[in-house]
Formats: sequence, structure tokens, C-alpha cells
Amino acid sequence: MISEQFFNKWIWFLLLITPICGLIFDEPYYITLATKVIILGIAGIGLNLALGYCGLISFGHAAFFGIGGYVTAIMSYHAINNEILFSWPFDIFGSSDMLIIWPLAILISAFLSLIIGLLSLRTSGVYFIMITLAFAQMLYFFSISWPNYGGEDGLSIYMRNSLPMLNTMNPLTFYLICLSWLSTSIYVSYKLINSPFGMAFQAIKQNEERVKSVGIETFKVKLLIFVISGAITGLAGSLYTDLNRFVSPSVLDWQTSGEIMVFVILGGIARLYGPLIGAAFFIILEQTLGAYTENWQFWLGLILILEILYARTGIMGLFDKKKKYEK
Amino acid sequence: MSAGLTLIFGVMGLINLAHGSFYMIGAFCAALIAGLTGSFWLALLGSLIGAAIAGVLIEIIIIRRLYRRDHLDQVLATFALILLLSEGVRWIFGAFPLYLNIPNILNGSIPLVFEIIYSKYRLFIILIGLLIAIGLYLLITKTRLGIRIRAGQNDRQMISALGVDISKLYTIVFAIGAGLAGLAGAMIGAIQSVEVGMGEPILILAFVVIVIGGIGSIKGAFIGSILVGVTDTIGRVFLPNLLKVFMEPANATSMGSSIGSMLIYILMALILIMKPSGLFGKN
Repeated sequence: MISEQFFNKWIWFLLLITPICGLIFDEPYYITLATKVIILGIAGIGLNLALGYCGLISFGHAAFFGIGGYVTAIMSYHAINNEILFSWPFDIFGSSDMLIIWPLAILISAFLSLIIGLLSLRTSGVYFIMITLAFAQMLYFFSISWPNYGGEDGLSIYMRNSLPMLNTMNPLTFYLICLSWLSTSIYVSYKLINSPFGMAFQAIKQNEERVKSVGIETFKVKLLIFVISGAITGLAGSLYTDLNRFVSPSVLDWQTSGEIMVFVILGGIARLYGPLIGAAFFIILEQTLGAYTENWQFWLGLILILEILYARTGIMGLFDKKKKYEK
Repeated sequence: MSAGLTLIFGVMGLINLAHGSFYMIGAFCAALIAGLTGSFWLALLGSLIGAAIAGVLIEIIIIRRLYRRDHLDQVLATFALILLLSEGVRWIFGAFPLYLNIPNILNGSIPLVFEIIYSKYRLFIILIGLLIAIGLYLLITKTRLGIRIRAGQNDRQMISALGVDISKLYTIVFAIGAGLAGLAGAMIGAIQSVEVGMGEPILILAFVVIVIGGIGSIKGAFIGSILVGVTDTIGRVFLPNLLKVFMEPANATSMGSSIGSMLIYILMALILIMKPSGLFGKN
């Protein structure tokens, strides 16, 4: 039986070897796929912080993913058309510089999750699931019926946003950019989980009343972790828009929330690399089964049900028998 | 639809995202039977029975194992069921929408009071909806089965200790819920088209209705659905006009329609914030 640490090293090895293979066999498509895995993995890592470690079952993370995506698309849309984004209180122009877009996407999705968190963390259990879902749906319908930015048709950006001195249109460059964000978000999660704050939010998952009784304000802890989680997912959304050079209301759809959740669960809940593995598995399944049959989601559903019924520790749990997720 | 879901949700404490799939299954059963026999009434009956049978099968195979699990597992398992059932139906029936025809008796419209003309078929749907609501109310409050269901809601262990087969009881409740969803799907299928994924928008609406009304309360579901319907209509019709007072007409229309479509979710958020367990929920 191999340990999780050993397994994680293999993941890094694979992450580095994939683009090299892509280059050797001259298949840039694989690099793009690997980039997609990484971006979805980042989104999952964001959700995992709230869902896996703190037990906040958010069914509305598509909201943050989508907002990150829309911020990116809107900024570059204005930059390309050279229009003013806001003229009040002072003129703000769009930008296609990732160095501006990333912080903005993170900030705005953090702000959004602050608002949603403030309102929805007052409830718990089923109601929390439902209210986060409702907020995401709210944004979804808003994006559909708001005609300025494409409405139902979505918004295309013709050029990927730029970074100084780099050609982001090159698949390999963009892959490495996303990889560095992945390692950053894994590092941040790792530091968070092992900090006193991390102890607090993991304890909340086990027994909120007890955490309260030792004098920790659980509401603030939950709110903070929800905001961090939303911000990371928002960043992933921003990268995802740049990958596709397109954003549409479907990123805000509740199925996106479900899929991000599926990454977390498939890979192994409350494990640092779990969402990444889950995303990889998801994409591989989509690509291989999708080649044989249109109905690959049928098999995805089947696998998911089997996992929930019989193998609740996820893919990583199959390798590492140390129980991490127990009720 | 909501009535069926609230039954499952409230009584059994189970979050069932796959409820929309029963709605879809009902509609497809109806389309199939209507195609074979040409009778709309048989099709409605078929949708009820078909969806109920699907409900029983799924309850016994999968759902039964989920009652003791936490919400996360339930959400995920039923999310997986949606994928499974939608793709399964697409496999069998193909991706093209099917159509159901309304029988001649219900075709056309009839004048109501104040010279408002209303489609007969929609009136028929409202009537059936009322009948189901009354029927469920009687079932829950007056019959022996209803007493058992309520007892199961209060205390699972106690009622099974008293010799009631609780898992059979749950299967029955689940089947009723699924059957009602199927019937709703068939009735709507005659207005819109019958296609894969038709259940999902309705599902979210139904959840909003239930959360507003309070989980597990049939009265709440009834009032919640009226509230949602009215809010939605008012939002779509009046908001653009209201905003025209402040803005240019073109902007007001787009702005109004976007806010109008968000209105029911805003309503839900407001109600949850003020009364976290819904209007008629237990605290």
C-alpha cells in the first residue's frame, strides 16, 4: 500500500511529463486537455477547502467559477473594443493583462462569496445547500437575460489575455502558467490546513458546538474559509475563460456546481490532491468513453453511484487506506 | 410536482435531485403510450404508473442505502442518478423531442368571469393540481397509511419497533412521489415538448417552492408554489414597466427582464434569511 505522500510525488511527475509527451508526439491537444484538468483541479481545490475540510456543502460554487470567468471576459472584451468599462467615479478601461485580471477576478469572487456567505451561513444543513444553489441560479438567470455581454450566446474573446514577455497563445506556456497557479493554490491550502485557523475549520466539520464552547467564533471562521474557497474557484474560472477564449452562462449553471463537487468526491474528499485526481479522471472518462459513445455521462453516473455506495474515500482512498473521511 | 417532492423530502429526510428525472420519465411514458394507443387518458395513467414503477426500482436498488448517509452523499448520488437517467432516456428514445396531443374535449378555450378567456387544458391542469393537493392532504391526515407516514417522519425506530415495515412504507412514499412527478411531466409535456433535460428547470423551481414553504409541509408547498408563480409573473410583467419610469425604455426592458428572472431567488433568499426554516417549517 502506497502512502499519500508518495502518490502525490507521482502526480507531480505526471504533471511535468504530460506536456513533454505532448511536445514529443506533437499533439498540442493533449497539452490543452492537461491544462483543462489543472484548471478544473484548482476549482475543485477551492471547493474542497469549504466542502472537504470545513463541511460546508456549497452547491453554488459555479457562481464563483462563473464570475471569475465573466470578469475575465468582460475586461478583455472592453480592452479589445477599446471601450470604457465604467465612467464613474473615474474612467476605468478594460484590460487584457493577466496581471490585472487575476487579482480582479480573485477580488470580485471573494467579495461575492463574502456576500453570499454572510447571508447563507446563517442557515445550515439542507437549507445551506439550497440557498447556495439559489444564489448561483440567480446569477445564471441574470447572465442569460443580460444582453450587453452576449446573454445566452456567451461572450467570445478573440485573443487570450496577455502576460508581459510571454506568448500565452502557446499551449505549453499557458499550461505552465496554470501549473504555477495550481502549485500556488495547493501550497496555500496546505498552509491553511496546517495552521491554527485550519485546525479550527476542520474541527467545525466534526463538531461545531464544541468549537463554539472553546471560545472560537465559528461564524467568522466559516465565513473566512468560504471566502477563500470562493476566491480560489474564481481564479480557476478566470483561467478557464482564457483557456477557451469564451464564456457562456453554462459556467454558472447548477450542473457546473455539481461537476466541481464530483471532482472533489471522485478524487477523495478532504485530500489535498483529491480534486486534481478527480478532475483528471473526469476528463479522461470524457475523452475515452466519449469517443465510443455519446452517452458517456451514463457511465459517469454509474461510477459515481458505485463510489458513493461502496468506496466513499474516492480514488485516492483506494491507494491510501488511512481513513480520513469518517462520519 | 412540488407536492411529490415535498413528500419525499420532508417525510423521508432525503434530498432528491433526481426528482426531475421522474418528471421526464413520466412524460416519455405518456408520449410512448399515446403513440401506441392514441388515447390521452391512458397516457396520463401510464405516466403515473411508469414513473411510480421507476421510483420503486430506484428506491430499492439505490436510494434505500442513502437514508442514513449525510446530505452530501444524497446530493451526489441523486446528481449521479440524473446523469444516468437522462442519458438512459436519450439512449432509448433518441435526442429528438416528442409531442403529445391534447384530446379534443380539452382543446380550445372557455370564457371565464370578466371576459377573460382561458385555455381549457390549463384549467384542467389547475383542477388536477388542486385535486392532488386535497388528495394528499386527506391521505396524510385521514388514512392509516398517512398516520404511519407521519409516525415514520417523527421517529423511525419507534414505528419499526411497533411492527410497521418501515422500508416498505418508504418505498410506497417514494413511489407516490415519483408517480406524481411523472403525472406532472406528462401534463406539461402536452403543452411543451417532451425531451431529455425537461425536468431540470422545474426541479430547481420545485426546490425553491419547498424551501420557501418549509421542508416537509404540504400546506407550505401549496402556498409556496402560488407565491413563486405570482412573484415570477409580476416580476416579468411589471418590473420592465416600472423601470421605464426611471430609465430609457430599451435599457429598462433588458434590466427589468434580468431582474425579473432573478426575483424568485431573491424572494427565496429573503425568506431564508428572515425565517431560516421556511414559512411553514418546523423550527
